[in-house]
Amino acid sequence: MKLYPRQRHRVLQVITKLIIPFVMLFALYVQFHGDFGPGGGFQAGVIFASAFILHGLIFGLQHTRSVLTPTMLRVSMAVGVLLYLLTGVVSMLRGAEFLNYDVLLHDPIHGQHLGIFAVELGVGITVYAVIVSLFYGFASKR
Amino acid sequence: MNTILGLYNYWIVIILMMAGLYILIARYNLIKKIIGLSVFQTSIFYLYITMGKVDGGTAPILLDEPASYSNPLVHVLILTAIVVGVATTAVALALIVRIYESYDTIEEDEIKAIEMQEQDS
Amino acid sequence: MIATQLPALQIIIPLFAAPIIVLVRRSELAWIIAVVANLMCVLVAWKLLGLVNEQGIIRYSLGGWAAPTGIEYYVDSVNAPLLLLVAAISAIVLLYAYHSVKKSVDSNKHYLFYAAWMLCLSGLLGMLITGDAFNVFVFLEISSLSTYMLIAFGSDRRALTASFRYLVLGSIGASFILIGIGFLYAATGSLNMLDLAQRIPDASSERAILVAFSFISIGLMIKSAIFPLHAWLANAYHHAPITVTAFLAGTATKVSLYVFLRFLFSVFGTQYNFEYLLFNVILLPAAVLGFLIMSVVAVFQTDLRRMLAYSSVAQIGYIVAGISLATQAGLTAGYVHIINHAMIKTALFMSVGCIIYRLGHAHRPSLDNLIQTMPLTCAAFIISGLSLIGVPLTVGFVSKFTLIGAAMEKGWWMMAALVLVSSVLAIIYIGRVADVMLFRKQRLPNPIPQGRNEAPLSMLVPMYGLIFMSLYLGVYGSKTLAVASEAATQLLGGFR
Repeated sequence: MKLYPRQRHRVLQVITKLIIPFVMLFALYVQFHGDFGPGGGFQAGVIFASAFILHGLIFGLQHTRSVLTPTMLRVSMAVGVLLYLLTGVVSMLRGAEFLNYDVLLHDPIHGQHLGIFAVELGVGITVYAVIVSLFYGFASKR
Repeated sequence: MNTILGLYNYWIVIILMMAGLYILIARYNLIKKIIGLSVFQTSIFYLYITMGKVDGGTAPILLDEPASYSNPLVHVLILTAIVVGVATTAVALALIVRIYESYDTIEEDEIKAIEMQEQDS
Repeated sequence: MIATQLPALQIIIPLFAAPIIVLVRRSELAWIIAVVANLMCVLVAWKLLGLVNEQGIIRYSLGGWAAPTGIEYYVDSVNAPLLLLVAAISAIVLLYAYHSVKKSVDSNKHYLFYAAWMLCLSGLLGMLITGDAFNVFVFLEISSLSTYMLIAFGSDRRALTASFRYLVLGSIGASFILIGIGFLYAATGSLNMLDLAQRIPDASSERAILVAFSFISIGLMIKSAIFPLHAWLANAYHHAPITVTAFLAGTATKVSLYVFLRFLFSVFGTQYNFEYLLFNVILLPAAVLGFLIMSVVAVFQTDLRRMLAYSSVAQIGYIVAGISLATQAGLTAGYVHIINHAMIKTALFMSVGCIIYRLGHAHRPSLDNLIQTMPLTCAAFIISGLSLIGVPLTVGFVSKFTLIGAAMEKGWWMMAALVLVSSVLAIIYIGRVADVMLFRKQRLPNPIPQGRNEAPLSMLVPMYGLIFMSLYLGVYGSKTLAVASEAATQLLGGFR
């Protein structure tokens, strides 16, 4: 029986398709649980990126690129940093220091939660975009 | 004996650090240089982490009953340093790729020879 | 309300500009955003300097966490002038950069170039403004990583290897600083510089402090290219895009020197005997050998960029010589030369940039009679060169005069004499260039086209702006001297 290149890794491809949603879900869990327990943007970003890297390894870079274009990565890289900075600026506009989360909401504790949430989200977005674009950058060379 | 076994973590730091620096200095291959740099940086992470460890301390997570816990600050610092290290490695590897594209080699002595020739002409 | 937020704004503005530039991507727009952000930075630095003069030290706790726990920005009369200097030099070079970058960098990478520039600027400003030892390391790495990237933008392929070598050495330097900070934290349990300064005298282990001190010193000596550890500088300055060289020559090494000063005097204080060992046995010979040997090396360079790079190491030698005196006058001399040399060297590299823009190279022997085709550029080079030599009425004279005065005050006549010897060497290497530019008859085959071929106005105007600024400060030298002596008092007095 002759196998075409696309069929050669059928098992891997099917398993990967099954795993990727769970990897992403786990990334989101690590992301949003970060302000209560261990976790946070760095780890979540890397886990989220690993889903795309796995996709790229199994299905080929071309397919991953058509799902997640380099332009999208560039935009999300910038948006993550901007989200981080804007959180700080909002707290400055409310009369406190840069990144002082206490003033974000009426209640300091809720404010801290919201602030860490937003900042970690920014970190997560940037980290995932950077890791995936590193992968694109190196994988597309020869 | 106690200084050797009791401080084993610091010995590991020293060995890693020296190994990393040695690779960095003695190897001409640029990739190996970066491996050496990474080992060197990792030894520093280990130095920080081992500093913050408290004997019998738990992870610094809020528990119901008070407990002695390890210093969490060093972990935070090292998280930052790890990110910096990853960024450095990424930049270095990107440079190596481009060096390879334009020189067709990543051996430093060969690159030097090429550069000397260029200067002469 | 804005006034209380100034220290944070100083860092945030360029940090904001970087992602916006990445989003925008169009190269003209990227340049405009960078320039606007940079000018805002200059404004903020100017306001901060005014505030510091008015009400003394400004402290700003990030995120509302008070000083020993949280990260604190600390502005006093030592770093406020340098903030203004770095922001202003960056702004001037950025205004100048547009055409030069357009010619030497791929047009689809312009936005990355300007984004890296903004990150580098915010890293440098952060190193200046922060009062937290670990934060220094973080900002150092932000500025270094973007510097490696900026150097790799050079058109020659040797820029890549230069950048790689700088990366390896720079990472070792930064890692040494990190080790040193780790030992400091182990010995004192604090990372805040003020807190460290108070706790170091009571630290249980003087050996740990000594180790920390040595690691931090070596790391910062690598980053600021003090003589035996300057190996990265010549190649990096030579092969980087000329605008980047102009920017780095005025800022990067100076900022590292500031951090060195800060650790040496404010954090560790001068009560340790190993400090005197460092000053007299390590720093002083390094400084003297540095400015002598590097001036000699500079004489024999045929590429202007390389010559100026070696001359930079020599000039850093003067600064370190001033620091190693460890007296009020010596520190004043060192500090004033940080400011003055930044202006001189940036102006020199900018004029070389104009030459490269028109001729495509900066090879000294083929600049015959350049004054005919590029009179304004040549005039700029020669005026700044005179300043580098230390001719009266220029800023170079102000700093050399103070340095020699300080050396004599301490009775180090030998050093004063050697400074003069090194100045003679500067006359030789600047003189050789001037000779070729002004008097050499054109040889055949004629390498330079006839007629006026001046660099575009957008390059000349910022360059002359900087030159006039430095001339003004040369004539009214007492202004910078007053600032410097204030800074020296602050440094010797420790944190107050």
